[in-house]
Amino acid sequence: MTDMAEKKKGGLKELSPIAIYKNLPKTNCKECGQDNCMAFATKIVNREVELEACKPLLKPEYAKQYATLKELLKPAVKEVVVGVGDKAKKIGGKLVMYRHELTYKNPTAIAIDVTDEMPESEVVARVQKTENFSFEYIGNTLKLDMIAVRCTSDDADKFKACVKKVSETTKLPMILCALNPQVMEAGIMAAPKARPLLYAATAQNWKEMAELAIMYDAPLVASSPNDLNGLASLAKTLQEYGVKDIVLDPGTFANEGLQDTLNNFTMLRRAATKAGDELAGLPLLGIPMVAWANKGDTADDLIKWRESYIASMLVVRYADALILHGNDGWSLLPLAVLRQNIYTDPRKPVAVAPGLKVFGTPDENSPVMFTSNFALTYYTVASDIESSKTNAYLIVVDAEGSAIDSGVAGRKLTADKIAEAIKASGVESKVKHRKIISPGKASRISGEIEELSGWKVLVGPRDSSEIPKYIIDKWQP
Amino acid sequence: MNSTTHHTNDKKKDEGLQLSDDLLAALAKFKKIELEDFQLEAKELEILFEPGMAANVLPKLKLPGLAAVGGKPASLLSSPFLPPIEKYPNRIAEVKLGATKSEGGTRGKTITIGGELSPAFYTFENPTPHKPAVTLDVFDMEVPLSKAVKMHVKDVVGDPAAWAKLAVEKFGADMVTMHLISVDPLLKDATPKDACKTIEKVLQAVDVPLVIGGCGDPVKDTALFEEVCAQFPGERFLISSVTRDMDVEKCAKFIKKAGHAVLAFTPMDLNFARELNRHLFDHLKREDIIMDLTTAALGYGLDYAFTNMERARIGGLMGDLELAQPMSSGTTNAWAAREAWLKMSADWEPRELRGPLWEVTTALTLLTAGVDLFMMMHPAAVKTLKDVTNYLTANKKADPAKFLDWVKVKA
Repeated sequence: MTDMAEKKKGGLKELSPIAIYKNLPKTNCKECGQDNCMAFATKIVNREVELEACKPLLKPEYAKQYATLKELLKPAVKEVVVGVGDKAKKIGGKLVMYRHELTYKNPTAIAIDVTDEMPESEVVARVQKTENFSFEYIGNTLKLDMIAVRCTSDDADKFKACVKKVSETTKLPMILCALNPQVMEAGIMAAPKARPLLYAATAQNWKEMAELAIMYDAPLVASSPNDLNGLASLAKTLQEYGVKDIVLDPGTFANEGLQDTLNNFTMLRRAATKAGDELAGLPLLGIPMVAWANKGDTADDLIKWRESYIASMLVVRYADALILHGNDGWSLLPLAVLRQNIYTDPRKPVAVAPGLKVFGTPDENSPVMFTSNFALTYYTVASDIESSKTNAYLIVVDAEGSAIDSGVAGRKLTADKIAEAIKASGVESKVKHRKIISPGKASRISGEIEELSGWKVLVGPRDSSEIPKYIIDKWQP
Repeated sequence: MNSTTHHTNDKKKDEGLQLSDDLLAALAKFKKIELEDFQLEAKELEILFEPGMAANVLPKLKLPGLAAVGGKPASLLSSPFLPPIEKYPNRIAEVKLGATKSEGGTRGKTITIGGELSPAFYTFENPTPHKPAVTLDVFDMEVPLSKAVKMHVKDVVGDPAAWAKLAVEKFGADMVTMHLISVDPLLKDATPKDACKTIEKVLQAVDVPLVIGGCGDPVKDTALFEEVCAQFPGERFLISSVTRDMDVEKCAKFIKKAGHAVLAFTPMDLNFARELNRHLFDHLKREDIIMDLTTAALGYGLDYAFTNMERARIGGLMGDLELAQPMSSGTTNAWAAREAWLKMSADWEPRELRGPLWEVTTALTLLTAGVDLFMMMHPAAVKTLKDVTNYLTANKKADPAKFLDWVKVKA
């Protein structure tokens, strides 16, 4: 075994189920939901279940084995908890570098800022807007995660009052941002048990910040902009000093600084996951908010645009937490959706089962439609039909998980398949008409469908949001 | 003074991207933003040389009673970071598009993409040999376009030559994609000869390399591309696209004879991509092939497109020659996401910004996966993509001195 492989932790291929099994209680009690301990060990190696699902292992007599297993399964990037209670956020905990290797853990936490010089009403409004951000997306609710409280006043009392107000307004975890340790301490004292993330220890103030982190049991950011030697040194020093939870800030730079920014994040993550570098193996903080520094006369909308795309690039390039200032829906929505996309299971099929779906209580005159089995297409269409309470039949065609337009273009959604699906669905015995509504994006092949199926094709809207209106206006059996 | 020169050069390079007044009139809200941004660049320059700004950020610290205790370090320890540099056995093929007069074509410039030695923008390891290029979509007949896009092109829809000119001169396109969808038997069923007349007009209107797009019907596209190859040899078009259900051998032969490059399109499956490349390799050189592995929109499968492309690129660098080709993305597909164009509740408006940002987010995600050629739509999205590719290849060290200013920004 080479040095690098030995050092590597959490690597999937190095771990065998036997190595796990050896340390399990071997009771085959099935409490974990698996048939036996060996099956559980296999699931553990594939990261499909958590170790804590094994209840006997948590008993005192197995403490040693539990600790051994924890060490064996330690992720390449340490997991750090910010905040307390239900809204506490885990960041980091990453096992792999590339998405195709294994589902990424702990989606990038997004924090929106307030400052101690904003009027109290604005602070409260911004906190509430952050807390209430909500977007329904294929069965998930996209949310924001944290509040960054910045000290712009350099006044300890003002900072303390602002932190107090924020902690009274929300249970979301906080990131306290102040470089003066005395100001920072005043801030923490307003929420001494809230376990905020402290920003930041630098080469200048590290000792005082370390004392605060230890005293209040709070995670601490080590900041060393565009200097990875300095960052590793600072992290090492803080660790030796006794700080348990450290987050790395390698610096985020807009515009031409983006090149160094992406390089630093990428190098740190590769060093952690591929070379077992424990100092690089700490969660990474990105600060797209830098786009607002020196903004001059630039329009706010352009800064929000820039901030959003920097944030999106850092979601892809390994940031575990982000601080933003812009809180408009239009600039945050693409970011929130991208984060959801990147953190999904790369192995999970995107398709739903093909076949006939029934909405409401259709009768022999009800409309028949078809769509593809691509999960996103199906859920979008289904939710539009459901929310309008339309009674209808929907034939889900096996398009190998393609959307309508790419399915037609890539010949995965063909007239052949649609004609077959109509037949297989049994809908011919359920309705007396022979008319099927096609998605507008499949209009190209409507003639072929008519030829092959014998059904008349009505070309429906290009977007399913217009289905209810289309049916009211146009449908006649 | 190095930075001054640099800025000036960059501004020159970017001039093509500045949006002209008449377009700006149409851009409404965006107009102001664009102009102000350019004014800012000059201001930033001045700020850059103002001394002493950062000194105020860090307070002078003198806290009592914090001497080293119990083995705790009293001063900063040193722990150098070892940059994790890797070597790859292979490099991505380089493909040149367009041909000048001396090369047998009529183009004023050529575009070369690919040639990577590392994953996308791992410039700590290897430089990026060529900036990714942007080709703008032009259609030869009316097509459904979202409002945010349509407002910028409504005057030129139906006039491909004028549309191409707008794309190059106003929107900063490196290339133009001429989508000849009118040949679709299910649309206008125009003849390949008719379509070639459109190409001739576009060749006259702009001097950038062209992508020639078909209609998606395998039989008709074969006939179209054969005619294009017969009429325009030597132009070094990118023929878009050849798919597995076409007569690949036949297409490869006439493309080779005319000296064009080919876009190998496969629907999000690397095994299909390998198979198609293998067939093409029998007739064409690696320098003639670009892959399109299918682009899905943000929110509608972008994650699959991203991972597929990232795997293809890493595989190619690690020695999988069947995947070591430059990649193209139909980024315009971002507009297939309803969130890009739908009028939503006030919380998510204006869609005039949300839409192009949707395209930007889709493009930049795939930029980091390794895409070399972007087929795009919205002028603001194009501008941002070009800006970011310039930034990522500027080789200018980020200045840490003022970084911590963000904490105190009064935004």
